[in-house]
Amino acid sequence: MMRFMLLFSRQGRLRLQKWFTAISEREKKKIIREMTTMVLARPPRTCNFLRWKDLKIVYKRYASLYFCLGVEDEENELLALEIIHRYVELLDKYFGNVCELDIIFNFEKAYFILDEFLMGGEIQETSKQIVNRAIESSDMLQEVRCMKTHTHPTAF
Amino acid sequence: MSPSVPLQEMIRAIRSARTQCEERGVIQRECAAIRAQFRNTDNEGRSHNLAKLLYVHMLGYPAHFGQMECVRMIASPRYSDKRVGYLGAMMLLDEKQDASLLITNSIKNDLSHSNQYVQSLALCTLACMGSAEMCRDLAPEIDRLLRSSNSYIKKKAALCAVHIVRKVRELGELFVPSARSLLSEKNHGVLHGAVVLITQLCERSPETLERFRKTVPDLVQIMKGLVISGYSPDHDVAGVSDPFLQVRILRLLRILGRHNEAASDAMNDLLAQVATNTDSTKTVGNAVLYETVLTVLDIKSESGLRVLAVNILGRFLLNNDRNIRYIAMTSLQKIVVTDHIAVQRHRGTIVDCLKDQDASVKRRALELSLALVSASNIRSTMKELLIFLSSCPPELRAHAASGIFNAAERYAPSQRWHIDTILHVLTTAGADVRDETVPNLIQLITNTSELHCYTVHKLYRALLTDISQQPLVQVACWCIGEYGDLLLKGECQETEAVQVTEDDVLDALEIVLQSHMSTPTTRGFALTATMKLSTRIIDNVDRIRSVVSIYGSCIDVELQQRAVEYNALFKKYDHMRAAVLERMPVIQKNSVGQTNGEVGEETVKESQAAKVAQKEMALPPQPAGQVCDLLDLLGGSQEPLQPSSSLGGAASTQPTTAGGDLLDLLGGLEPTPPTPAPAVTVYEKNGVTLTISCEQQSDSGLTVTLTASNSSDSDISGFTLQAAVPKSVQLQMRAPSRDSLPANGAAKLTQLVILNNPNKVNLKMRIRVSYTSQGSAVQDMVQVDSFPGISAAGL
Repeated sequence: MMRFMLLFSRQGRLRLQKWFTAISEREKKKIIREMTTMVLARPPRTCNFLRWKDLKIVYKRYASLYFCLGVEDEENELLALEIIHRYVELLDKYFGNVCELDIIFNFEKAYFILDEFLMGGEIQETSKQIVNRAIESSDMLQEVRCMKTHTHPTAF
Repeated sequence: MSPSVPLQEMIRAIRSARTQCEERGVIQRECAAIRAQFRNTDNEGRSHNLAKLLYVHMLGYPAHFGQMECVRMIASPRYSDKRVGYLGAMMLLDEKQDASLLITNSIKNDLSHSNQYVQSLALCTLACMGSAEMCRDLAPEIDRLLRSSNSYIKKKAALCAVHIVRKVRELGELFVPSARSLLSEKNHGVLHGAVVLITQLCERSPETLERFRKTVPDLVQIMKGLVISGYSPDHDVAGVSDPFLQVRILRLLRILGRHNEAASDAMNDLLAQVATNTDSTKTVGNAVLYETVLTVLDIKSESGLRVLAVNILGRFLLNNDRNIRYIAMTSLQKIVVTDHIAVQRHRGTIVDCLKDQDASVKRRALELSLALVSASNIRSTMKELLIFLSSCPPELRAHAASGIFNAAERYAPSQRWHIDTILHVLTTAGADVRDETVPNLIQLITNTSELHCYTVHKLYRALLTDISQQPLVQVACWCIGEYGDLLLKGECQETEAVQVTEDDVLDALEIVLQSHMSTPTTRGFALTATMKLSTRIIDNVDRIRSVVSIYGSCIDVELQQRAVEYNALFKKYDHMRAAVLERMPVIQKNSVGQTNGEVGEETVKESQAAKVAQKEMALPPQPAGQVCDLLDLLGGSQEPLQPSSSLGGAASTQPTTAGGDLLDLLGGLEPTPPTPAPAVTVYEKNGVTLTISCEQQSDSGLTVTLTASNSSDSDISGFTLQAAVPKSVQLQMRAPSRDSLPANGAAKLTQLVILNNPNKVNLKMRIRVSYTSQGSAVQDMVQVDSFPGISAAGL
């Protein structure tokens, strides 16, 4: 499973953090610090995989943003690169030629998209269209100002 | 969706702050406004406020006052509120916070909401931060959702179930039937979730694994469909149909096929098909191929398939993409032991990867090359490894050096080659070799008596070129001291001899003695070597005498002591000098890997003690008594304040001199018998073990030896012992051999306690142990009532 996903700029400013396990705030801050220093220190033409403690760190740079994924030992690193790429594609489709500013000013939407793609440290949906459609529908739902709440009687 | 204007304005304001201080000011103002808004029950801007707070939280500022607001938002009927509320819950609440329990009820309600997007929010949050109690509470709900007709909900419920099983293992049983039925779904998302769930269930429980083995044919069928099927635009990635699902199925097949012949047979064909048909031009295809290779190598596959898998890895090694080379080597590393022959075929490529630019690739290549060394390829591999050593990154040097030494030791085709290799490593990476290298090399040299001449010539030349590499200089000094006469003879069969005079040799040693680059240990070596030469040269003995007497007033206590002793050897014991300084005997060859310098030392000490003891018998009693007095001065009773004068101290500060040291020679004459007394463990805590053993010296005298060792993984520092005894007993504590205990029993600490019990009272001792372990100070008291080695009724 994936343990965390971090997005940070080349200056080390955090743009998105998603944690798939329960860890303390202190621990989170420590990991963020270590990841940013480690990944930003990597010279240009090196491979995208690192070992850190008992995890594999897979990172990829897209323009000014670093996408950093911390995965467990049995995960396939090449597939992790594909996961990162898929997420970037989803963001690109939603924002239209996504750039870092889009993610800064609409960070909650970046999270919503991530939550449609990944869940509990695993991939939730493998089809791009289905994820996009789900986001669009949720957005439309948000436009509705009032919403009736009627819960089904729990007959199951 | 309309952007949240207040949120974006705030973000803009924060970003326009030019200094950290300004930013803090803006944020404090905003947080104050947000807090005020939270108190206000106005409906309109609530989600915006929480979103603002979440942004502030991401910048690293405290946001815990938003937790209750999250709870309130989640309970709101509006979707926009819920959306941000759940996001806030995932970011601010975790299972350790008390507020997280408050949302359990909201989640429960939302799980049965009429709108699937609300349900999805609840499922997502539960899968992200659900605690064990929440999971137990909501598991039946999730199971119900697994059976719903909505695939959107089903796939999310499956991953939620995965989280539940991770948190509460026993609930796995609940999900087994639903998981089984989900495998017949057509929807890829649901199928993927089902495969992940089944994987999780199988990993947690071996019985469940047995039950799910029956699904192998179904899984094979699904995979075949994916691999052979036509283009499906929905799931295609660069020509590979749904690679994410393929990889997950392959991983599940791996778990099911492990240790099971029947299951492995059932998937053989499929794996061969995937391995041959997958397009390997893009990363995606390679990801699938990689997973296939891992599966093939892990299950009980037939040999043809294994060879195919290793060949795929070999192809990966030649790939332009650095990532693929890296993972190929990681996988080869895992199988190098089991499929040694198959991996050997690719040795050439692997050794070539030593020259790669990337540090991670280099590291992998180094480990693999070392694993692939064998008697047949040792010469060529070693050549490459030595080239690598001269240009390798500093963090890999120590590893490379020790790997080379191990390989050389196991497969050296000839002694000379072995010595040459070690010398080469010492010249290129001398600073990074382990401490045991020096005594090991010395032992090796001593044992190769036919190469003494060759070795000393090579080392002399190396010494003239460069005296900065300490291990090399130490070995060189030792050799010159021992075999200086061979050097001076000026003839050598193996290599071109140097024509040196005695002055040249002594000059070389003096340069080492005086150089600021030499460590105290190296200086000690050089001084001893100079002294040894006094019996091997003819003309310049006076020069040696003067050098030795100069160092008699050296600031370094160790050097001073040596010089004083050597001086004494010149003045009072000149008749013994030749015997004391003669050629070393062949050192007992320790077993391979035995690098404990102390053990080697003891065997040498004993053989030395035996030899010199015989000589001692021949001497008239008067000088023998004087020798003993001298020894008492050196190794006997002193105040504990003098650090290096006690015997134990000398033994530990010079672990690298394997018996070549004069001090140890004299120490071997110490009257205390070296036979070990029975030891009793009196204290065991934090990995620290303290044992005591006793020897009765006389009617009322008793020597107690306290030995401490550390079996934990962290070093212990500041280790001290204090002892108390009954009033009429006299106690004298000698200096301990060291004051720290390295991890994993690398070295022991000994301390002698001399007791005198003239009134023959019942002997008891209280020992206080103090040390620092992992940053915290520990103090313990131990009472010893019975002493092993003496009768229980007192002395």
